[in-house]
Amino acid sequence: MFEMQTGANMSNNSGQTLLDFSSVSMTFPDGTRALDNVSLSVNAGEFVTVVGPSGCGKSTLLRIASNLESNTGGTCSVDRDSIGYVFQDATLMPWRTVQKNVELIAELHGLSKTDRKEKAAEAIDLVGLRGFEDKYPRQLSGGMRMRASLARSLVMKPKVFLFDEPFGALDEITRERLNDEVLQLFQREGFAGMFITHSITEAVYMSTKVLVMSARPGRIVASFDIPFEYPRNHDLRYEPAFAEMCGEISHALRGAHQ
Amino acid sequence: MSSIDTQHSIVDEVIPDQKQRFSIADYSGPAIVFALFIGSWYLLSGVILPPHKRFLLPTPHEVINEGFLVWRTGESRGFQPILMSLWDSAKVAIMGLVITIVVGMALAVIMSMSRWLERATWPYLVAVQSAPVLALTPLIRALIDGAQKQRVLVVVLIAVFPIVSNTLFGLLSAEKSQHELFTLQGASRWTRLIKLQFPAALPNIFVGLRISAGLAVIGAVVGDFYFRQGGVVGIGAQIDVYRNRLWGAELITAIIMASVLGLVVFLFFGWLSRAAIGKWHITTRGQ
Repeated sequence: MFEMQTGANMSNNSGQTLLDFSSVSMTFPDGTRALDNVSLSVNAGEFVTVVGPSGCGKSTLLRIASNLESNTGGTCSVDRDSIGYVFQDATLMPWRTVQKNVELIAELHGLSKTDRKEKAAEAIDLVGLRGFEDKYPRQLSGGMRMRASLARSLVMKPKVFLFDEPFGALDEITRERLNDEVLQLFQREGFAGMFITHSITEAVYMSTKVLVMSARPGRIVASFDIPFEYPRNHDLRYEPAFAEMCGEISHALRGAHQ
Repeated sequence: MSSIDTQHSIVDEVIPDQKQRFSIADYSGPAIVFALFIGSWYLLSGVILPPHKRFLLPTPHEVINEGFLVWRTGESRGFQPILMSLWDSAKVAIMGLVITIVVGMALAVIMSMSRWLERATWPYLVAVQSAPVLALTPLIRALIDGAQKQRVLVVVLIAVFPIVSNTLFGLLSAEKSQHELFTLQGASRWTRLIKLQFPAALPNIFVGLRISAGLAVIGAVVGDFYFRQGGVVGIGAQIDVYRNRLWGAELITAIIMASVLGLVVFLFFGWLSRAAIGKWHITTRGQ
């Protein structure tokens, strides 16, 4: 189909920096230092994943990017209107059907009823939930809930997608399937991604770049460019080069723990 | 537009709705308890009570014959006056309940706005909840004219607490990530209340409604005892009259009908709750 080195299919903004952390530090009011002098940027066409031990402040990065928390040092620049945020849990409203849940963000942004209906239908199609519009979250499996959550963010066509360990609670098969789906969306929709996980395999499989974070206070201790071409096939996980990449990152992660 | 090819693979993930199965077992419980109740009643009024005291508790068939099956006699005995009184009390209960719901939910919304307001209000709500209404009657009489209004106020005082506490609990029950989703979209406090907190509170609100509705009926009956005026009196006042005149069958009939009113109200709100939130709200029970 396409010949692409990365997921970017919008040549006009390829390479443009969409999210930039510059010497960002974060100390919570109770004195806990979550982040220490973190600099990183996510450009158009990039899918950047941060891996690190639990509690190292990886999620705090996303919370700062989306303004849910304010950093205490450094600067974080991003166009906050073009952010999509995917939470650890699907965060669906149990009283809304899939259709109404997917419409929610558009609704909060004041889109007209017909407009948001149309956009929601499109997003529901994209995540493969057509036919389930009238189901309530309790009737869906964990994977389907996550798809609905993705669709909800897709509606506003964000330029940057922030994923906060979204698939951590899913079984491996569902997780790998959703990895593929997010990558397909990444290529088709052309958003830039910033992904948080503690699975090295997931990080390597998804990303153009993997950053390794140390334990608290979180610092970026290593950066790996992932050379594999998109679209990626799930068999990639069993290639020697893939394993080697994972090994290197695992090594860096162990180093970061000490 | 092409979509991710998952349709075939996720169909099996849909969790089927559990079929409601009704069986004889669903009715056997209440039926057995009812039989035991009637049995004990006969035992009490026919065997345990000494003969000269049996007028206090007529047997079930006497109650049915004299209380339920006599429509109306000259001295206003019979079922019809009981129904009239019951309707009078029901009106008071409904009026009081409507006010209770409006006032109680408004109070809960205000309390949910700030921790300070919540703390400032709680002790007085608990005080209202535990104050004996009997002791307040002179005050109520002094402040408000008209038996009808006085009775409605008694209903509100008795029924308001569960609505406030359950609504408040519900409004504060939305998950942190759900709140953050709204924060990320820059939602106003009002939007958050209407689109997040209120729907999240509905299951609790309905629990509060059911309790308050039952209490409203009790409040109306209690109010009847202390506040009455000429014309048709409430079922509580009627019970008092029967008690004074030692009309046992009417007395028991009136008490049963007051309970039936409470039961009807309770069932109505149970039905309303299922109709409103049954589709999405899951109740679970350990096996």
